Amino acid sequence: MTLLLIIFLPIIAAAAIGLGAPARLAALLASGANLFLGLVVALVVALKGDGEMHFESARQLLDSPELTLGFGVDGISATLVLLTVIVTFCAVLVSPARVAGRGEGLYYISSLLIAAGALGAFCATDLFFFYAFHELALIPTFLMIGLHGHGRDRVATAWKITIYLGAGSLVLLAGLIALYASLSPAGGATFDIAKLTELAAGGEVEPGVQAWIFLVLLIGFGTLVSLFPFHSWAAPAYAAAPTPVAMLHAGVLKKFGLYGMMRVAFPMLPEGFREPLWAGGWTPEDILLVLLLGNILYVGLVTISQRYLDRMLGASSVMHMGYAFLGIACLNAAGWGGAVFMMFAHGISIALLFALCGALRGRLDTLEMSRLGGLGARVPVTATLFAFAAFASLGLPGFANFASEITIFFAAFEGALGGDAAGLGGLQVATVLALWGVVISAVYMLRAYRNIFQGELGGDRRPDEVSPLERGVAVLMIAVLLLTGFFPNLILNLVGPALGLPH
Amino acid sequence: MPAYLLEIFVVLLGLAMLGMEAFAGRGSRATIGLVGVAGLGLTFALLLFAVCCPEEGLSYWGIYHFDRPAAFYKGIALLSTMLVLVMAREFAPVLKRYTSQAEAHAGLGEFYSLPVFVCAGLMWMASAKDLITIFVSLEVVTMGFYVLVAYMRRNVGSLEAGVKYLILGALSTGFLVYGIAWVYGVTGEFELAAIGEVLAGGAYSERAALFAFALVAVGLGFKIAAVPFQIWVPDVYQGAPMPVTAFLSVGSKAAGFIVLLRVAEPFLGAPAINGPVVLLLAVLTCATLIYGNLGAIPQTNVKRLLAYSSIAHAGFLLMALPSVAGGGEIAGPGGGQAISFYLAGYLLMTLLCFTVLTVVRAGTGAEDLGGLAGLAKRSPLLAFAMLVGVASLAGVPLTVGFFGKFFLFNIAVQEAMRSGLWIVVSVAVLGAAAGFYYYFKIIRAMYWDDAGADGDPGGDAALQLGGLTRVAVVLLVLAVLFFGIYPAPILGLLG
Repeated sequence: MTLLLIIFLPIIAAAAIGLGAPARLAALLASGANLFLGLVVALVVALKGDGEMHFESARQLLDSPELTLGFGVDGISATLVLLTVIVTFCAVLVSPARVAGRGEGLYYISSLLIAAGALGAFCATDLFFFYAFHELALIPTFLMIGLHGHGRDRVATAWKITIYLGAGSLVLLAGLIALYASLSPAGGATFDIAKLTELAAGGEVEPGVQAWIFLVLLIGFGTLVSLFPFHSWAAPAYAAAPTPVAMLHAGVLKKFGLYGMMRVAFPMLPEGFREPLWAGGWTPEDILLVLLLGNILYVGLVTISQRYLDRMLGASSVMHMGYAFLGIACLNAAGWGGAVFMMFAHGISIALLFALCGALRGRLDTLEMSRLGGLGARVPVTATLFAFAAFASLGLPGFANFASEITIFFAAFEGALGGDAAGLGGLQVATVLALWGVVISAVYMLRAYRNIFQGELGGDRRPDEVSPLERGVAVLMIAVLLLTGFFPNLILNLVGPALGLPH
Repeated sequence: MPAYLLEIFVVLLGLAMLGMEAFAGRGSRATIGLVGVAGLGLTFALLLFAVCCPEEGLSYWGIYHFDRPAAFYKGIALLSTMLVLVMAREFAPVLKRYTSQAEAHAGLGEFYSLPVFVCAGLMWMASAKDLITIFVSLEVVTMGFYVLVAYMRRNVGSLEAGVKYLILGALSTGFLVYGIAWVYGVTGEFELAAIGEVLAGGAYSERAALFAFALVAVGLGFKIAAVPFQIWVPDVYQGAPMPVTAFLSVGSKAAGFIVLLRVAEPFLGAPAINGPVVLLLAVLTCATLIYGNLGAIPQTNVKRLLAYSSIAHAGFLLMALPSVAGGGEIAGPGGGQAISFYLAGYLLMTLLCFTVLTVVRAGTGAEDLGGLAGLAKRSPLLAFAMLVGVASLAGVPLTVGFFGKFFLFNIAVQEAMRSGLWIVVSVAVLGAAAGFYYYFKIIRAMYWDDAGADGDPGGDAALQLGGLTRVAVVLLVLAVLFFGIYPAPILGLLG
């Protein structure tokens, strides 16, 4: 019941706004209540700490194939639910009270529907609704970027993200159908994730077939997470999107693909990851390691070359997805724990950065970093908040991002330096290369900070400070990052029990 | 009560409506459309409560069969005709302009009664299981459409559409009859069940059987708008009066697919010729998917866009056809069920879109995307209804269109895993992705673009829609969303 409330409160609020309720108030009420409920859910799951599904509810809709509108959370999904409710609440808070032009209702409805879609996808225990809820965000994103987006090429960007994500979802759909059809026993087709995982453990599907299905799922999920080379939609879309949409998309929705890898691809295709696609050929593992290095190194360099703040933040968010993939590729409890932690930390920090970026956009005539400068003297509070956010994002110790990245790096070397099966493999080589990404992050984040807030005043700009409301939102998110950064076990203990690894 | 009384009732209803046109006074003429809606609604109620559904199939005189699928398709025919009549009432002012009648609603009796006769043909077809009955009922449907398409006789586009539809329709009929003759020549049977037995037996000329199937496929390819027999579709859809376009895209397509399902089954079930038949269908499917989806991209006239989309949908439906005779090997709904479900969903979403477009057409006189500009401001209800309809056509989850597409992809992927024809799935994925573009173009026009920028006739004036239409629109929106989450009722009807 609690979970149903969490998922459907935003939808009910959206419907109420559509029928004429005051938009901002309804959205605030729904997201505020959700924040509370999300905290309760995470707390309960953490206290139980048994790795089982909690808050389960299920209503069977079809017998054959067995289709259930079912929800439940374990540690992994509880972490992501927590992330979603925090980011949604903050995104609604920083939304403008008056929306220029028409469609104030539409503005808040869109944010709420994106949040509901993410929550539904993270909580679904049924493969069909897991997929279906994610797509709830498609139309709101399209409308929001087109109606309220920024920049001249926002129309092209809206098309790009819609078609790119639509195509990625369809590839994913084909992969999911192949997956469930090959796992289901004759006459007993089911979409139940738990049952499918159980069937997968039986090992009926040939490893070679598993590898190919895995590859299709990797492409499908990868497109949604902006895995290199399917990433080019992300940075321009985040730059063009209105602030709440950028926060929700980059912070929350993008994690769906990673979550899907952990929830569906690996458990249901236990041998697919390390099976060669053809005799003596590449395995999906090899492909993933190369692609994630593309995210970290290539997109990292692309990020350095960005001239506009919003574009740079978008590209940096693409780059950081490489670390999350690295954690998943470790295929051990530490790596997956680190990856979930990373998803949480990155989600909060990128949402914070986009919130501040949105605040700056409203107060400055340009976001081109080389034309700004010296703003630290004019708006010290904004500068300080941005510094915290930047430090968090580049992984300074003390912030959650550091704790999660270091967990992933250590996890990659688990068992490689001692013990029976010691030896450096592709994973370890990739990790060593990926470590350079930390340097790249430092370069672009610190350069951005210097260009915007330090040095000579570029032009005679006298922007206002961030409003008290925006200040409060930023402080809240920084506090979450610091809290989980100093006490990583808050998240890791929540996630830990749920990590039933395929090996 | 025996099921065939329903058809008789519908025919009598149509005759009564014609009689009202001829003999009733002026005042009651305006209610012809309402009489039609009410009569069809009554028939629908009879179908649901008095006739439906016998435990096992009933057969009358060997030419009329009644079972669950037949009841299902009769329901589809009745519902779509009702909605078309509702649309026709909204459309009456436009019709009047192009038929130059002296008074409102006068002379439109045929426009209301012809769909009723078409409906009778569709219902009969649902019960036909031999080639002769199938052919006759299909022609009843097509004849009605010949008149309806060209109904706006002072409009050049409508006349052009009528001529094109008549000539190509006659041509396709020729192919179909010739094909039926060949089928009879090969098997010596008209009954589909008997044909299936002969074909499965193996004592016949395979080449002749394949030739017969190819001819039938050409004939039916015209009806369902499969490439390369789709040439007529964009022009006819664009030229025909809006309610007729809607009826064509739903009724004609459903009719074509019912027949194709029935006729293809014996051929697919014959081991000797299954391979080439599947390959032929795969080629048709790919060509239809590519042409429909790519052709829709540059369209600016909404009717034309939906015409190409209708071709694309035919392609998606064709994906499931090869598994019709498989039976039980598919995880999830089989070919016949999936196609029927999709057609039911297609009915809901297509008629929803066309109802909105009819209101917009009657209000602004525009049929291109510009006429939809700023609709979100002029009429939030209509814009939202169109949004839901278009999202469903594009296959966005949590709408009935997604379930339909999901079942079809489900079959296509499993067929590909068996046969290795992954090209069909790949083309379908690309086609559906292209669909996001052209359907979202409509959403974009309604929500982003401003109306009245350059002397738009409608401007920002609110659109008028009648009470009955409003109810229909709201019900259709709710149905599209409801069945998008809970498809069990429709699948349950299919058994």
